[in-house]
Amino acid sequence: MSRFIGRFFGEGVRPRYEFGEFFHQCFVIGYKSLPLIGLTAFIIGLVLTMQLHPTMVYYGIEAQIPAMVGIAIIREIGPIVTSLIFAGKIGSSIGAELGSMKVTEQIDAMEVSGTNPFKYLVVTRTLAAMLTLPFLVIIADAISLYGSFLGVNIYENLSFHLFYEKILDYLFFIDIVPAFIKTFFFGFAIGIIGCFKGYYSNKGTEGVGRSANSAVVVSSVAIFILDLIAVQITDLL
Amino acid sequence: MKKSNDALKSVISIQHLYKSFGDNKVLDDFNLELYQGESLVVLGRSGSGKSVLIKCIIGLITPDQGSINVLGQDVLNIDKIELDEIRTKVGFLFQSNALYDSMTIRENLEFPLRRHSIQLNQAEVDGLVMEALENVGLEHTVDKMPSELSGGMRKRIALARTLILKPEIMLYDEPTTGLDAITSLEIIALMKTIGERYHTSSIIITHDMKCVQLAAQRVAILIDGKCYAEGTYEMLKQSADEKICQFFQ
Repeated sequence: MSRFIGRFFGEGVRPRYEFGEFFHQCFVIGYKSLPLIGLTAFIIGLVLTMQLHPTMVYYGIEAQIPAMVGIAIIREIGPIVTSLIFAGKIGSSIGAELGSMKVTEQIDAMEVSGTNPFKYLVVTRTLAAMLTLPFLVIIADAISLYGSFLGVNIYENLSFHLFYEKILDYLFFIDIVPAFIKTFFFGFAIGIIGCFKGYYSNKGTEGVGRSANSAVVVSSVAIFILDLIAVQITDLL
Repeated sequence: MKKSNDALKSVISIQHLYKSFGDNKVLDDFNLELYQGESLVVLGRSGSGKSVLIKCIIGLITPDQGSINVLGQDVLNIDKIELDEIRTKVGFLFQSNALYDSMTIRENLEFPLRRHSIQLNQAEVDGLVMEALENVGLEHTVDKMPSELSGGMRKRIALARTLILKPEIMLYDEPTTGLDAITSLEIIALMKTIGERYHTSSIIITHDMKCVQLAAQRVAILIDGKCYAEGTYEMLKQSADEKICQFFQ
């Protein structure tokens, strides 16, 4: 795996650059993930608020719901949940696609057609995953907070302006930037693990299924480990 | 056979080729020549290393030892650019066709033209795509996806994609595997037509005896990693050697 990552950086910086395939993958990986990620983000924001509400009312601090939900979503829940859904959708799809290309000799065919398959398939997909995930997380955070706003409004009337003002009162630069930066690493992990599992797939169609499955499992574990490291580093700042 | 071939130009020369995967010796001092315009069948049992052999020729697998000379160049000692240049002259028909599932037939055929740094405008690319499809009689499939085609049609499209660069040498990896008897005969006929029309030399890897009988001008038998015997189909068919007889029974 470390050799594979080394090769990614080695091949990634050297021309020929596969811009066409990269932009195509940004569309497939990023844009096409938006409906699923948007829907789950909305539900999480709404459900989190509804679940918190009775306890917060019990302690008489329901006014703090926007701040509490806002910090939880932006610092942790948004990046982690979005990344896990992204790993499920994109990690498995990359693992299965490359695995299937491997067992049906499409990767070899690419090589004899004057194409570096590592660059064309691995570098483009990993970069696309790495660069689109942070923006998906920003959009997911915004949708999630809107879900939370609707959740609050089930119980009381709170204006949109006041809801966001309450969030922004408690949200600082240090909450937003590390959460944003860590998602680049999550995206990289999802992309490179999916590609690695697919690129070295074997044993026919059974191997393809296994590649897709282990791409999701390994990248999900990697997300939690990277998150743990990111939290430790953020605490030091 | 060998004596008459001495006057011919060798387009592929394989000398003392060795390849192992762990303890499994796949090629063990393998030697072979392919002459210009010739159709050579490499016959061997499943798992005997036939596919490994042609993948070594095109540089997809690196052998442990030996030399492979293709069109005057040692493919094991050339850089990436030179290897790509050789690959434009050597067509490879994959056993599983290797059509790109996510692309239309047109995009599949355009792919090698666009990737091999060949300067062509769109009209020329379209012309070559249609010519390649006409060669295999499938012009109407140009905007279809590979998944919409039958096994035989996919094989012919894969052949068209290989032909689009007008290669001097064709390497066929099990061209009739997975096809019914009638479609197999159609593919063999197509291979022969293409060979005659474009004067290509070809190596056909197979264990299909009908294919051997119809397509081979010369047959090489791969046993235990070595070129065990070579000659015409009729010559080998009459051999008394037990290992050779097994293939013709």
